[in-house]
Amino acid sequence: MIGALEAALRNRRDSGRKCLVPYITGGLGDDWIEVVRAAAAAGADAIEIGIPFSDPVMDGPTIQLANDQALAAGVTPQSILGTLRGADIGVPTAVMTYVNLAFHGGYQRFASNLADAGVSGCILPDIPLEEIEPWAEAADEAGVETVLLAAPTAPDDRLPRICQRSRGFVYGVGLVGITGVRTDLADTAKVIAGRLKSVTDKPVLVGVGVGSPTQAVEVCEVSDGVVIGSVVVQRMLDGGGPEGVGELVADFRSALDAAYS
Amino acid sequence: MMNGPDQDGRFGEFGGIFVPETLVPACQELEAAFREAWADPEFRSDLDGLLADYAGRPSPVTACSNLSAEIGVNVLLKREDLNHTGSHKINNVLGQALLAKRMGKTRLVAETGAGQHGVATATAAALFDMECIVYMGEVDIARQELNVFRMKLLGTEVRSAQSGSRTLKDAVNEAMRHWVSVVDSTHYCLGSAMGPHPYPWMVREFHRVIGTEARQQCLKLLDGRLPDVVTACVGGGSNAIGIFSGFADTDTELVGVEPAGGAAVGRAVPGIVHGSLSYLMQDEWGQVLEAESISAGLDYPGVGPEHSYLASTGRASYVAVTDAEVVEAFQLLSRTEGIIPALESAHAIAWVSRAREELAGKTVLVNLSGRGDKDVSQMMDILQ
Repeated sequence: MIGALEAALRNRRDSGRKCLVPYITGGLGDDWIEVVRAAAAAGADAIEIGIPFSDPVMDGPTIQLANDQALAAGVTPQSILGTLRGADIGVPTAVMTYVNLAFHGGYQRFASNLADAGVSGCILPDIPLEEIEPWAEAADEAGVETVLLAAPTAPDDRLPRICQRSRGFVYGVGLVGITGVRTDLADTAKVIAGRLKSVTDKPVLVGVGVGSPTQAVEVCEVSDGVVIGSVVVQRMLDGGGPEGVGELVADFRSALDAAYS
Repeated sequence: MMNGPDQDGRFGEFGGIFVPETLVPACQELEAAFREAWADPEFRSDLDGLLADYAGRPSPVTACSNLSAEIGVNVLLKREDLNHTGSHKINNVLGQALLAKRMGKTRLVAETGAGQHGVATATAAALFDMECIVYMGEVDIARQELNVFRMKLLGTEVRSAQSGSRTLKDAVNEAMRHWVSVVDSTHYCLGSAMGPHPYPWMVREFHRVIGTEARQQCLKLLDGRLPDVVTACVGGGSNAIGIFSGFADTDTELVGVEPAGGAAVGRAVPGIVHGSLSYLMQDEWGQVLEAESISAGLDYPGVGPEHSYLASTGRASYVAVTDAEVVEAFQLLSRTEGIIPALESAHAIAWVSRAREELAGKTVLVNLSGRGDKDVSQMMDILQ
């Protein structure tokens, strides 16, 4: 059975266009849910919602700062999911956070909390294939799509197993490193996209180090779409608000649509 | 006993490999390389040679007659403070650096709290002519100035970790972020028996020499008997796991001593951070709490997974001491034995001193994991 997240991304791909998934730090600013709505209205196919964690080891300075600000403002997993519940966003959402927030109260409870809040997918970057099963089973049970990451360092025999277990889409990590905007798209971005495309029919999106419309267009020569994180969060940190983030997402959307339609 | 972990890197339910996908192949490569090297007599003999001729092993066991008379407990010290660089950390670092070299890595990255592991890593990097970067929390850089200078003198770049509590936990975060970015060329020289598989196992094996030596030394000193109790301080828990490993298959009682403000085992709530499932100080949502300890080396909210396992099975017990008790013990050992302990090691002394009534007449082996030179200026501020 295909979940809402994968269905939305497949629809976009089947129409000959590219998928765009912005990441927004939950609880960053009082108007964050308006930012989410604005991103959806500007042409995002799904939205990743970051739930801030105290020790985000996969994240670079921008998302770390956003995390710290949101945590200092008192945001909790419950408050973020509470805001998402019943919020009419118009596109599927996927939560991105770290495994301990899911583990702490029990995987089943966390998965059902996500489902209750209307969240379609979940990404936990510090729980690799070797450890994924207990969480992934709980998520499957609750109807939450577990998106797995695939890194450039993975040997060939690992990728089919990742793709097989991933739900929603397969998240290709664009570079060997942590989240953040880089001047140029890393050579690894298109390579990982190609390696994944050759072993799966699921949508393949590349994120980490995709920070401009030009870079998004470039990686989409191979991938089915992109995840954009730090560039969006930086706009929020700069006080861009719903309007600023909406414009940014629209820029990515129109660049992708101009190149692929 | 203490032959684990299983093939998934688990000690019972604890341990595992909770790292970003990018690092999984590196951890697996490291596991294979360590397994192969540890079975290779040539590697073992190279390492033994370094431990003897460079680090100064075996370290002695000292019977503390003055302290024993004062508190009524027969105290023996395993003198890891006498190793080159001043602590037990050198055992693990020489092993990892030798392994990294064998794996063709040219750079080392490490985290450090008190600076002892950082200094040991910087030392090995100088010896093996490797590039070295050490992350240290901004708070710790201020309170362990001497060790920062030592690392620089040894040719290492010390980078300040400025996120979160700006102590050991954040230094680990920064070291992991760095490792994620340079994993091909760089070995992460993790300083405690924690982190993803194979680190808790590998670090224990590199420190097993402490327990193996101590057991032989005790048998000799005690006319064929073993100590009633073996105790050591526990932050991540490397010196404790090293000495425990020599006694785990005996009737000797094993006691780990945590700082009251960083007692992960004492709180016994499991969690996942920095690569493994273990006891972890956290809030009601699972956010990791900041530890608070006078000792930079124990100022850590987690603990190595094998300690959680030993606690859960009851093979070892864990107690906590306060900063005030540690300050007291620091002076007690200095005054009675002429040995200035590291603040970390003073935790174990503090427990023995506090528990003197229940320990009366017993023989207690304390792992004196490090010397206190690095702590003297901090103690001067506290005591004067």
